[in-house]
Amino acid sequence: MSWVLALPILIPFMTAVLAFLLRGSRMGDLASVAGAVASLGVAVLLVGVVLDRGVVAGQVGGWQAPYGITLVADHLSAAMVLITAIIGLAVAVWSLAEIGPESSRLGYHALFQSLLGGVTGAFLTGDLFNLYVWFEVLLISSFGLLVIGGRKQAIDGAVKYVTLNLIATVLFLAGAGLLYGATGTLNMADLRGAVAASPDQGLMTLIAMMLMVAFGMKAAVFPLFFWLPASYHTPHYAVSAVFAGLLTKVGVYALMRVFTLIFVGDIGYTHEILLWVSLLTMLTGVLGAAAQSDFRKILSFHIISQIGYMVLGLALMTPLAVMGAVFYLLHHIIVKTNLFLIAGVSRRLTGSSDLYAIGGLYRSAPLLAALFIIPAFSLAGFPPLSGFWAKFVIVRASLDLGEWLVAGVALLVGLLTIFSMTKIWAEAFWKAHPKGRQPALADLPQSARWQMMVPIVALAVMTVAIGAFPSAFLDFATKGAEQLLDPAAYVAAVLGEARR
Amino acid sequence: METLVACLAGFLVSMAIWLMLSGNLMRFLFGLLLLSNGVNLAILAAGRLTPGAPPLLGASGALPPDTMANALPQALLLTAIVIGFGLFAFALALTIRAYRSFGHLEVDRMRSAEPAEDRR
Repeated sequence: MSWVLALPILIPFMTAVLAFLLRGSRMGDLASVAGAVASLGVAVLLVGVVLDRGVVAGQVGGWQAPYGITLVADHLSAAMVLITAIIGLAVAVWSLAEIGPESSRLGYHALFQSLLGGVTGAFLTGDLFNLYVWFEVLLISSFGLLVIGGRKQAIDGAVKYVTLNLIATVLFLAGAGLLYGATGTLNMADLRGAVAASPDQGLMTLIAMMLMVAFGMKAAVFPLFFWLPASYHTPHYAVSAVFAGLLTKVGVYALMRVFTLIFVGDIGYTHEILLWVSLLTMLTGVLGAAAQSDFRKILSFHIISQIGYMVLGLALMTPLAVMGAVFYLLHHIIVKTNLFLIAGVSRRLTGSSDLYAIGGLYRSAPLLAALFIIPAFSLAGFPPLSGFWAKFVIVRASLDLGEWLVAGVALLVGLLTIFSMTKIWAEAFWKAHPKGRQPALADLPQSARWQMMVPIVALAVMTVAIGAFPSAFLDFATKGAEQLLDPAAYVAAVLGEARR
Repeated sequence: METLVACLAGFLVSMAIWLMLSGNLMRFLFGLLLLSNGVNLAILAAGRLTPGAPPLLGASGALPPDTMANALPQALLLTAIVIGFGLFAFALALTIRAYRSFGHLEVDRMRSAEPAEDRR
């Protein structure tokens, strides 16, 4: 069954090679889209297999775990792979309209596909050092994508992004190396037992903190997020859309995996830190957004505040809370990518991303305005959109624990999110354009119009569908949370029944 | 032996932090180089140092009589060195590009991606 685990990783890389060979030609652009379609197909198959059989694992090269590298998919991994493929396809199509021949010749599509391959690999691996390698793969691809525009602003953003992310990866490497030195294994399922059996629990907590800082930096949580708002508004819109959707979520995924599977020996300490970090992340993100006036900068700060909700679900560690975190992760990726894509269309129409310099989109591009409302209100948590259920579950979980302060902060941040979204609405859509222009969708060339609007409509439909029929998705997230909190099935799938 | 290597790793990391805090991008890169080498040394030491013992089985797959080196930390190291080299090359290229764009390497003065100070 391991081909269904390997193909989601192989297809993006094969597509990347193809797109690189054909770079600069229309065929290269279309190869990227075709590869994204194939990835989506395989991801759907993977989710089907996981729904059918529970956790599936495969050993690369036939080396038995814990000696070889393991690929594992449980509900969370499979869902993340599927959502990566969805975002990959949406942004690949959208890129056709934005990425010009120059960036394409420099290898945009190849980098984009290898980024998707790295992200997928990180979701599927069951080995800590292999996770480090996937982090590096996606990191180096993201470096390339970040600077491919070559504008001065992008170089400035890249300096901050590159330097801080490199420190995080070195820290991750150190943590993984020390963990190997202390336990003698790097297989995550095997580490669960090895860490619990270690005589020196203090050392384990120390390594846990190193990994928490490393993943926290990737996830852009409270004191470690500064690279994100410094860089996410500088590259191509397609690039920032896929970054906004996927990159920080890889960090959140790694936190969720490591702090449910491996480091559960001292929850009172590690998860208490995560709890405070999540609250401060939510607050600083949303307050930072309130001070901004650039379309993408506001959205960037909102990534940070939303990450807080996911980490909060993990920190509370109850079945309901972790279920909320899983659901939040899935809903958020779709919403956030869509908002960045809409910001890109708005920039294309109005020629600026400065909210004070643009306006009039409600009158001149009503379709775009309607499509903005859906993810924006979902982000803020309006019923009946997907974000409402996500926030509802998290708040409910914190109330169940009697954490009134936590629930209060979560609700307050939701309220402040509405403030930011109404700010964008009022400035970009509602008020008249300061120079009296009437930027309409009809101004775009017809092909660009389709390539930009179809992904946005598709993602908006998904947001509405998750909101309208939440029970199927909540059931799925519940199953995912059960597997996270009781990883017996995961461990058994990786190590075999005998070593359960 | 492990203690000595561990102290050396710690020394490299502390030098790295000092360089990285200087605010100059070039010094930051040197710091990064020292940091990754310090971490590489730490991994090597964490995998136990066994001088003189090769990571090889004897003839017909028999275990060597006394001790045998663990090959895995060295494999991890090789991977980390290669990756670190690639990332460093990119960071260096970016630094050159940044120098051409800004005319200096002081990170505190790189603010072209930030909003202007006084707005309405």
